[in-house]
Amino acid sequence: MASQCRARVVGPWGASTLGLVLLSGCGVETFLDPQGPVAAQQRLHFWQVTGLMALVVLPVLTLTPWLLWRYRDRGGADYEPRWGFSRGWEIALWGGPALVVAVLAALLWINTTRLDPYAPLASDANSLRVQAVGYDWKWLFLYPDLGIASVDLLAFPAGRPLEIELTSATVMQSFFVPALGSQVYAMGGMSTWLHLGADAPGRFRGENSQYNGEGFHMQKFEAVAMDEAAFEGWAQNAATASALDTAALDALEQKGVASDLAHALDRPSDDILFGGLPDDLFARVMAETAKAPMAPHDMAAGR
Amino acid sequence: MNTETGRHPGLNLGSGHAEAHGEAEALVFGFWVFMMSDLVTFGLLLATYVTMLDNLAGGPGPKDLFELKPVFIETLVLLTSSLTYGMAILSLKHDPGRRLRPVLAWLGLTLMLGLAFVAMEAKDLHALQAKGGAPQRSGFLSAFWALVPLHALHVAAAALWLVAIAAQIWRFGLDTPVKTALLRLGVLWHFLDVVWIAIVSVVFLGGLA
Amino acid sequence: MTLAGLLDAALGRLDWNALPFWEMVTHPSASSIINGLIASGAAGIMVLGALVTIWALTRHRLWGTLWRDWLTSLDHKKIGIMYVVLAFVMLARALAEASVMRTQQAVGLGGGFLSPEHFGQLFSTHGTIMIFFMAMPFLTGVINFVMPLQIGARDVAFPLLNSVSLALTAAGAALVMASLLFTPFSIGGWSGYPPFTETGFSPDVGPDYWIWAVTLSSLGTTLAGMNFAVTIYKKRAPGMTMFRMPLFCWTALCVSILMIFAMPPLTLATSMLALDRYLGFHFFTNTGGGDPMLYANMFWLFGHPEVYILILPAFGVYSEVISTLSGKKLYGYTSLALATICIAVLSFTVWVHHFFTMGQSASLNAVFGIATMLIGIPTGVKVYDWMLTLYRGRVRLGVPMIYAAGFLMLFVIGGATGIVLANPSLDYVTHNTLFLVAHFHNMLIPGLLFGMLAAYAFWFPKAFGFRLEEKWGRRAAVSWIAGFILAFFPLYGLGLLGMPRRTVAFLEPAYLPFTLIALVGAGLVLFAFGCLVAQLVVSIRERDMRRVPVGDPWDGRSLEWSIPAPAPEWNFAVLPKVETRDPFTEAKEQGRAYRSPEGYEDIEMPRHSAVGPIVGIAGFACAFGLVWYMWWLAISGALLSLGAMLARGFARDTVRIIAAAEVREAHESWLAMVRATPRIPRHEENTPANLGHAIPASQEEQS
Repeated sequence: MASQCRARVVGPWGASTLGLVLLSGCGVETFLDPQGPVAAQQRLHFWQVTGLMALVVLPVLTLTPWLLWRYRDRGGADYEPRWGFSRGWEIALWGGPALVVAVLAALLWINTTRLDPYAPLASDANSLRVQAVGYDWKWLFLYPDLGIASVDLLAFPAGRPLEIELTSATVMQSFFVPALGSQVYAMGGMSTWLHLGADAPGRFRGENSQYNGEGFHMQKFEAVAMDEAAFEGWAQNAATASALDTAALDALEQKGVASDLAHALDRPSDDILFGGLPDDLFARVMAETAKAPMAPHDMAAGR
Repeated sequence: MNTETGRHPGLNLGSGHAEAHGEAEALVFGFWVFMMSDLVTFGLLLATYVTMLDNLAGGPGPKDLFELKPVFIETLVLLTSSLTYGMAILSLKHDPGRRLRPVLAWLGLTLMLGLAFVAMEAKDLHALQAKGGAPQRSGFLSAFWALVPLHALHVAAAALWLVAIAAQIWRFGLDTPVKTALLRLGVLWHFLDVVWIAIVSVVFLGGLA
Repeated sequence: MTLAGLLDAALGRLDWNALPFWEMVTHPSASSIINGLIASGAAGIMVLGALVTIWALTRHRLWGTLWRDWLTSLDHKKIGIMYVVLAFVMLARALAEASVMRTQQAVGLGGGFLSPEHFGQLFSTHGTIMIFFMAMPFLTGVINFVMPLQIGARDVAFPLLNSVSLALTAAGAALVMASLLFTPFSIGGWSGYPPFTETGFSPDVGPDYWIWAVTLSSLGTTLAGMNFAVTIYKKRAPGMTMFRMPLFCWTALCVSILMIFAMPPLTLATSMLALDRYLGFHFFTNTGGGDPMLYANMFWLFGHPEVYILILPAFGVYSEVISTLSGKKLYGYTSLALATICIAVLSFTVWVHHFFTMGQSASLNAVFGIATMLIGIPTGVKVYDWMLTLYRGRVRLGVPMIYAAGFLMLFVIGGATGIVLANPSLDYVTHNTLFLVAHFHNMLIPGLLFGMLAAYAFWFPKAFGFRLEEKWGRRAAVSWIAGFILAFFPLYGLGLLGMPRRTVAFLEPAYLPFTLIALVGAGLVLFAFGCLVAQLVVSIRERDMRRVPVGDPWDGRSLEWSIPAPAPEWNFAVLPKVETRDPFTEAKEQGRAYRSPEGYEDIEMPRHSAVGPIVGIAGFACAFGLVWYMWWLAISGALLSLGAMLARGFARDTVRIIAAAEVREAHESWLAMVRATPRIPRHEENTPANLGHAIPASQEEQS
């Protein structure tokens, strides 16, 4: 899936951990090796927070063993059994963490506002509008402006912001591409928004991170950032595929992963593309998922 | 401990029973804490109702379903039952110890009013269902049916408790456990008034506004 | 009605398919056989355990003792001990499940041996048990045992209610255990998020098991919280003002208040889910105007205070342990008490941080993120306060102190990762990943579990009259710490790599080294649990060389150490008069300890009552009936429970008087024994010389 090794960045979880990642080689995708502007900002923020927290954590990690040793029983150190208060220490103990939290809170406010998943990314390029529908256990990506759709393949031009509208045709799901950054829930009967982007062409692992049953661990998709020309070509190719008709929609609703769907639709590969979309399909899926059921006595009456 | 200052204000447990007063105090306080927990439940149900007001799913809304007249009568009945309960507690404190105890009469009246409230509620809910307002119809109606009948269920449970206490009076007379039980039931009874007022304001008046 | 029809009605939805081995017998395949064997093995162990227990009780004629002295007892100490026993039993099961899950993920690259459905049940029962039937009973048990002793009370405010709370919790635990034999349990996780747990997506009985088990536990916990709060408000000994209470009691008070106000949202959330599932309501469905987001809000309105319900008692334990084992006054008592209150209050203001990714506005997320971080301030203060308690003390590295030291260092790391998660923008990339799993295990294992194990080692002598064996205890503590680090630090890495939680198998080779290390850690944790078992066995066998009849094995500072070990039924022969904090230390230093009181009085203790066990059995029957649609059973259970409570109203002979003479005799003979027992310095603490008579650390001569 990932075409190059990117193991250099995982982080402070000890040299051994890092070494293991290096040993295991390729396939590491994380916001710590960001492939887009959102993840890049998140990595920066992550290290800022980690650095600040080190100010709080390191004294405890070093001083606790020292205290245990220095003031061990019969160790001959000073002993003040009745000492239990010091104004200076009190101010430092409440003031220190308060100061750190104040700085962290400022960073939090800035980053939360800047990385609001609902806010469009700052860019000169036009964004690409995509609608993602979570099924059990695959993702349907609709390109309403291009009239095409794909399953478990999110193709988009690198350098152009992605504007993703999300819903679920089933239970709650969470749309997440670790190398690109933020995740947001997709929920039945309503839509949520997510803005992402990739700096350069590449293939990234995407997933649903919200447990939704037996096929959950198989619900992966590929987010493929292409250069503009390649994307044009891909879209034109997709447009030649057969349309997303009622039969295909019914097949999508069956529980199963993408390969099951390909099998049901008698498609050759896992690359399931559709060349025509019904009008307002996304809104229809939302309405269908939330439709009012028949009241029990109506059902009994056979309505 | 000074027996006079340690006495429970609402009870006549006798001046020589400081410990009994202390225990009554803890019992009533404990029950009050329990009611606070229950209050959270009703508060959340009210909040749920408010958030669900628009989740009609094409079904009937407050204006199609609610009528204020029965609600008004129910309110009067329930508030009056609180008054009669208060009278019962007063006559408990000044119980003359005669055979025909006024406290029992007040409790009987309270029970009647409580049961009348529950019966009227049941009738309303039945009518609501007949108008297409079954709880399965919409999120809004689910929220309504979780809140209002739960209150009625509380009143019914309080009535059952009242009967149980009456049976204890019949069996043991007005002994200390009965007195503290009556005090606790009082907390519940008045609490259910407060909750009902909130329900009337939010569910019925708020829903129709 | 035919006999078959009657049987159908009686059994509801229960049929052969519920048995764990049915699938592999009727549809044999490699997967169904492996999963069937594991599930049947687990059910078999449970049944076998139950049979062995029954056999042992019968063989040793202990049924009467069990019923009279334990199950129907209203003694807070015994109820506390039963809670802890329940916690250990459930810990064993949930640990075993964790090991199976770790093994699965260690071989989970592209497959593994567990079916996704089986894995789903494992993480759901593991989480449900660990929170509701291990952590909650453990801390409730410790509070039950310790708090009344520390405030100088003879029992909790409502002893019968205490027994009912235990019975409800045990009934919930029994329901989860029953799901081993009559499968399946829910696969919806410990948080049971709808709409996945609605009938439309989970038509089987799994979520019903979860709903009723959690509801029973929630009711029991609400009642326990009320009981503790009223006890602390109303039953303190004369002179025991709020700010003279040991810190553990402050944490117990805050926890009780959290229980009172935070459990109703849970009860309500599970009840609404039940209304959806049983009666077709539309609270959390996708359809019909339901709103799953409402559930998320209600569940976490409980869920976040719950985190502090779990952690605060452990904070209390650490405060006692660190101060006592440093032979020193607790540093910053007022700060610690205030910090506890701050945490309790703030815990109600942060629930949205559990679903930053649900699409609410950035400013709302930011406000809740900052509120979350604010909790870091009082928590940080606490950690530094404990370190300053070590400062200029005489620190003994006994078992409780090893746990405390491990806690201090590991907990701050968990706190740091918690601050990471508190940032909405960072939560967007770590939410639902193993980073989150690592974080909350980092808070709950060093935080809660180490605290409870420290409490177990610390107060065990007070409960049973002898100390726990030290060597196995140290092995257990060190293995717990090392096992935890190995099992969970790799999960931080996996989370940063974007590995979702609750994943049965994966396709990324990069994950494998991490899951392998975590497996080693899980093995070490199992070893640690084995050490605890070995410690208990050795301690019981060699109890005569570790007896501490005087009752003060650790040079304790608070009132519970001033009475015999094991503590008498009435706790205090004469209610103590308290004039300071650390009253027992003060008394020992001034030579006022172990004096004969001026006079004795009759003591009123509650009589035993069967109402608790009856409500428990009825509650279990009702819940089991509801799960399987056996309506007759559900209704009988509910009526039995109601009947027991109504009948109790007619009970009048509920107290037992213990004559002053009896108390005098017991107490005076103990005092005579105390005077005849030599006092020991702290370095002999773990030797047979320690009979529980301590030289106060401050008066000990050290060269």
